[in-house]
Amino acid sequence: MTMIFGIPIQAFLGQLLVGLINGSFYAMLSLGLAIIFGLLRVINFAHGAQYMLGAFVGYLLLAHLGIGYWPALIIAPLIVGIIGIVIERLALARLYDIDPLYGLLFTFGLALVIEGIFRYYFGVSGNPYTVPPLLAGGTNLGFMFLPVYRGFVVVASLIVCLGTWLAIEKTRLGSYLRAATENPRLVQAFGVNVPLLLTLTYGLGSALAGLAGILAAPVYQVSPLMGSNLIIVVFAVVVVGGMGSILGAIVTGYMLGLAEGLTKVFYPEASNIVIFVIMAIVLLVRPAGLFGKDA
Amino acid sequence: MNRAEPLLSVRDLNAWYGESHALHGVNLEVFKGETVTLLGRNGVGKTTTLRAIMGLIRKRTGQITFDGKDLMHLPLHRTAHAGIGYVPEERGIFATLTVDENLILPPVVADGGMSVEEIFELFPNLKERRNSQGTKLSGGEQQMLAMARMLRTGVKVLLLDEPTEGLAPVIVQRIGELLATLKKRGMTILLVEQNFRFASRIADRFYLMEHGKVMAQFPVGELPDRMNLLHDVLGV
Repeated sequence: MTMIFGIPIQAFLGQLLVGLINGSFYAMLSLGLAIIFGLLRVINFAHGAQYMLGAFVGYLLLAHLGIGYWPALIIAPLIVGIIGIVIERLALARLYDIDPLYGLLFTFGLALVIEGIFRYYFGVSGNPYTVPPLLAGGTNLGFMFLPVYRGFVVVASLIVCLGTWLAIEKTRLGSYLRAATENPRLVQAFGVNVPLLLTLTYGLGSALAGLAGILAAPVYQVSPLMGSNLIIVVFAVVVVGGMGSILGAIVTGYMLGLAEGLTKVFYPEASNIVIFVIMAIVLLVRPAGLFGKDA
Repeated sequence: MNRAEPLLSVRDLNAWYGESHALHGVNLEVFKGETVTLLGRNGVGKTTTLRAIMGLIRKRTGQITFDGKDLMHLPLHRTAHAGIGYVPEERGIFATLTVDENLILPPVVADGGMSVEEIFELFPNLKERRNSQGTKLSGGEQQMLAMARMLRTGVKVLLLDEPTEGLAPVIVQRIGELLATLKKRGMTILLVEQNFRFASRIADRFYLMEHGKVMAQFPVGELPDRMNLLHDVLGV
């Protein structure tokens, strides 16, 4: 058997793949958080709940309406995005003029309420969501066995992250978003409907969380707690990447996923804390984050 | 529109920064094609007047009408669509946008704006640096860019807040030429300016502000007679 650093290569690559999968979700979720924080200055603690909602929309569509994975891949982010738009209009928009802490507290409370409701109806145990037939099974790559769906998740997440990044960096709407992130009042004085831009941005960030949720449904169990388990790590990713840095969120998401996977290979006991150790070190050395600009 | 109807009319404008009462009943009028300058020392409310007209200061009372439309009840993003372009004192060039992106950022609000090509003819040095980061430009170039991006939008009046502040004399002269060109093209300009010599070359009329109010107004022809007053109020 081929060995690498005294470890069978299959185990090594297997953990690397797990790391890459986790990293894909970290990247998509921290991307949404970074976009929302950049423009709205709201630390969206409801992000994990929105991710969970995305998974549950997919699960409920299949269980009750017989609507399968592919339509759900569109419907789930759409529904979560629309819920996000309603949340922004009804509540967050009223909090912009006061201390940012209120936005954080509101979204934190909202996450608890949403998760509480789902726990009440669905319990804490996970519900399986089967992999769509087209992506079932796996391929033997020679050096390891790759489940097709996991490969799909990595590719889909790369496309989503890259697409979102390009949309922000290269399009006109993206230039509104970047400018409004710097100086929202001036952009509004130029005639751009910034309140609408804020609403749509929160909708987009929420939809990204919903999309990550439906992508995650076949990989992890669909459970009311799936979001809160993940969101703390995602916040660490955002801090390491640099608050509000889009590219930083994406790159750091994959990087920390891989770092976590590698730690599982070499020192499994530390795998749950490695991301937080990295966060602590980054905060000591570069408080603005790896991609953040010093304030 | 006849001469008796001002394009922009401000009546009894009061404005507050939080609890601080900054404007105490400002009255002014700007007619179509005119260049009007607000003079006054630091802190008398010149910038505040522009910001209140624009709607950037929401705590305000009085009347502001533009082209027959009431601006007081418009949300901030509708003011520009009425036909007013704002060039802030700090210039407001965006660091995360290129020169090109900065230039096309403000939405077109009416027909009759310049094309990007026409703008680059007027500002050739911006064309050379169109792919640079906006804030990598020199102070003078940033000021040009801040003015240039409003020319695309088809606005009828420009609110210019101290366009010459902190710039070298040769750049100030260049900005003066630009304003003269814009004026020839029929642009209406409301200018806030500390640089009295600069203002006296391009303005048609002056409003002199003190303590959040207009204390005098006069056309450029009366300037020689008003020099004593200006000495007293401005210390020039």
